[in-house]
Amino acid sequence: MSHATLSPKRGGTLRGATLPKWFPWAVAVGSIAAGLGISAAAGLGSSIQWALIAAVLFVLGSYAISARIEGRRQAKDRVATSLVWVAFILAVIPLASLVWETVKRGVQVLDGYFLTHSMGVVADTEPGGGIYHAILGTLEQVGLATLFSVPIGVLTAIYLVEYGRGRLAKAVTFFVDVMTGIPSIVAGLFVLSLWVLILDMGPSGLAGAFALCILMIPVVVRSTEEMLKLVPNELREASLALGVPKWRTILKVVLPTSVGGIITGVMLAIARITGETAPVLLLVWGTDFINANPFKDPQESLPMYIYLQYSAGSDPAYDRAWAAALTLIAFIMILNLLARGIARWKAPKTGR
Amino acid sequence: MDISTQNPAAPPALPPDVERKRAARGATRPGDRVFLGLSRGSGIFVLVLMAAIAGFLTYRAILAISKDEANFLTSFEWNPSGVPPQFGIAVLAFGTVVSSVIAMAIAVPIAVGIALFITHYAPRRLGGTIAYVIDLLAAVPSIIYGLWGALILVPHLDGLYGWLDDYLGWTGILEWNGGAPRSMFTVGILLAIMILPIITNVSREVFRQVPRMHEEAALALGATRWEVIRMSVLPFGRSGVISASMLGLGRALGETMAVAMVLSPTFDISASLLDPGGGTFAQNIASKFNEATVMGRDALIASGLVLFVITLLVNGAARMIIARRKEYSGANA
Amino acid sequence: MAKRIDVSGLNAYYGSFLAIEDISMTVEPRSVTAFIGPSGCGKSTFLRTLNRMHEVTPGGRVEGKVMLDDENLYGAGIDPVAVRREVGMVFQRPNPFPTMSVYDNVAAGLRLNGKFKKSELDDVVEKSLKGANLWNEVKDRLNKPGSGLSGGQQQRLCIARAIAVEPNVLLMDEPCSALDPISTLAIEDLIGELKERFTIVIVTHNMQQAARVSDRTAFFNLAAVGQPGKLIEIDETERIFSNPSVQATEDYISGRFG
Repeated sequence: MSHATLSPKRGGTLRGATLPKWFPWAVAVGSIAAGLGISAAAGLGSSIQWALIAAVLFVLGSYAISARIEGRRQAKDRVATSLVWVAFILAVIPLASLVWETVKRGVQVLDGYFLTHSMGVVADTEPGGGIYHAILGTLEQVGLATLFSVPIGVLTAIYLVEYGRGRLAKAVTFFVDVMTGIPSIVAGLFVLSLWVLILDMGPSGLAGAFALCILMIPVVVRSTEEMLKLVPNELREASLALGVPKWRTILKVVLPTSVGGIITGVMLAIARITGETAPVLLLVWGTDFINANPFKDPQESLPMYIYLQYSAGSDPAYDRAWAAALTLIAFIMILNLLARGIARWKAPKTGR
Repeated sequence: MDISTQNPAAPPALPPDVERKRAARGATRPGDRVFLGLSRGSGIFVLVLMAAIAGFLTYRAILAISKDEANFLTSFEWNPSGVPPQFGIAVLAFGTVVSSVIAMAIAVPIAVGIALFITHYAPRRLGGTIAYVIDLLAAVPSIIYGLWGALILVPHLDGLYGWLDDYLGWTGILEWNGGAPRSMFTVGILLAIMILPIITNVSREVFRQVPRMHEEAALALGATRWEVIRMSVLPFGRSGVISASMLGLGRALGETMAVAMVLSPTFDISASLLDPGGGTFAQNIASKFNEATVMGRDALIASGLVLFVITLLVNGAARMIIARRKEYSGANA
Repeated sequence: MAKRIDVSGLNAYYGSFLAIEDISMTVEPRSVTAFIGPSGCGKSTFLRTLNRMHEVTPGGRVEGKVMLDDENLYGAGIDPVAVRREVGMVFQRPNPFPTMSVYDNVAAGLRLNGKFKKSELDDVVEKSLKGANLWNEVKDRLNKPGSGLSGGQQQRLCIARAIAVEPNVLLMDEPCSALDPISTLAIEDLIGELKERFTIVIVTHNMQQAARVSDRTAFFNLAAVGQPGKLIEIDETERIFSNPSVQATEDYISGRFG
């Protein structure tokens, strides 16, 4: 038959020579051992190097062995599998290291004293001091930004979903998208050019909050919009059909139905702006002292504190930076987990 | 709430024709008018804000550039407070492009790998957990990536740098003079790590949406897992991965603090990626801001405007690809 | 080319749910066997156990024996990928690869199995498209995307794709349920021609279709929702439709339930 030539594997057997299940693990262990061995022999100090050598050996090794025993197609499949695993592990190492180092180094000076004292007159090179002023500043700046952004963001989303037809709505949608992509430093530069350079105002927490607003509004609009769209139209119609005016329908039916999702979105947006440094650097400047007034004079914030301590460049300052980083990460992670918890709790039950 | 007392919501008590009249009046009801006004006003505020951002940045940038004695686009100088002021963005443009290209070259393949790992290789529960953790990692602020990069990553790179110099130094671009590894290459690696979560998340979503029937078509032909991915998953997900990468690129371009903390900046272009040198738009603004005069700030604003335009273009392209994909995916029902 | 399928004591599960229980039957080579029965009776699930596609669904698990001539598909050391190459499948909804041309769709299976010369590929593509009665309609647009064809043409393209690798068995899972009557007729004619070369198993909802195309018919049923599906009887199609040996089959055929 003509296609007999086309099907080289046609021996009538369904039995492929298959390597055992433990094969990839064996190759992995072998590659790591070989990687360590080569590094030790060649005197390579860095763990990055032996890990890379081991990764390359793992991929090539699985291919070579599998190609001999299982055939080329299976070998390619195994290479793809090993590459995917290697990609995963390559990514896990730095990300795990980031979390691990922050926690390990952060807990060294993080205690009650650290949370309740400012830097005051502590010199860069000596231990002591704390982040009280930074926490205060962060809470005030983020609080102000949230106060401005949430009403604007939620109302804009309501406009887009409940009223928006035509060109104005399209333009708003488009520019909200554009706003999502604005780098935080550019948001800072804008407030700088208007508030500081043209209106001649000094640095303050308020100026920083303005810049954070620009970053927060689009996130709130997007998430609120998604949530409002999930409210079934039948609910709106049921309410309107009872003769309830549209604005009361929105306030009493639509918003309560989606409030869980909206809160989730706002919390995620807060988590995002809490870590912003660049606008604070340009507009709030940072200080070692407690300034509880966000409307006048420089303030500190947590990310700004980390930056200043890092720039100070001494070991005690690095310790303080790590401790502040741990505080910041903890705050953001708690917000994230809470937000997701609310989302899951409020999510419509799909029955799966 | 005082408005509601003027409009008691008790329709059943009203005769039908009054009710109909009310419905016909629609938005003229005072409560509705106020509410529509507020929400439309917020929408308009967003537009005004965007216009203001573009407008004021442009205004200050023009102030600066009109006094610039050097060519703003091609000059290698950054001396806006000098007499005469001379500054240009050539170095910054070069550094921004180089660091972003390195970041993308590292991050995109790895992110696609992890996304495939989560959707097609890992056991389901493990995949779900990893996806959740990576979602959380996307929220880690850049200042912490910067701290980790400067204090942990940089000291670990000496060995890799020496290695690259030994074997690839002859290319010129990977030559190393032995200085601290705070170069564009390190910046690229750090940016790659930072944008990995977002690219992974978006790609993962796209791969998850591949219709089951396309995968089964390949399986039924006797395709291995990799062949299924190549025949049905990757072609379907390609545009999604591209737009995910663009979103990541947008982040990398605008990243400020992490770059400022890791790079030891010189306002110069170095042929080798491993030698300290160069700078990016965002990093340059953060580093030069403290000592800048009013003229200096305007010059930084001018460079920020360029960054703004570039990120707008990149993000716009990403959104266009996403929008096109939506139309396409509806086509094969 | 065509092989006999011999199933004995087969159970299939979704997680802990037993979907079909204790099925034994023989499918004759070079014939068409139709599976009929009410929705949810497990006929599609059973079909998917015949080329080890069932285990692709999350939680899918199979017990029992499926002999393809003298090899057990579920035996030790059997490569499911090789099984699916020998046992082709056509799905309920036409699923050509959307990014591939008509030509590439047909050649997809062959390309998996190694490199071929262009002329060899051309031959197989033409032969398969002719085999699927599609050649005359698409010969001028082989390089256009496969998703641009009509539904019936797409389904025949999928059949061409499946027969291009010369499988021993062709499984069809309600291949006409998404098609209009004229396309359905074209596919039914095609099935009549294909049985000269392949062992064909077809799942169908449409009893007239089973009567028209099949040589033997198997009737599946389930006692109640949540109970496993079972094979009630399998016999010559003519007998099943005129004089079935089980009362339930007659009830179903005559439209008393289902």
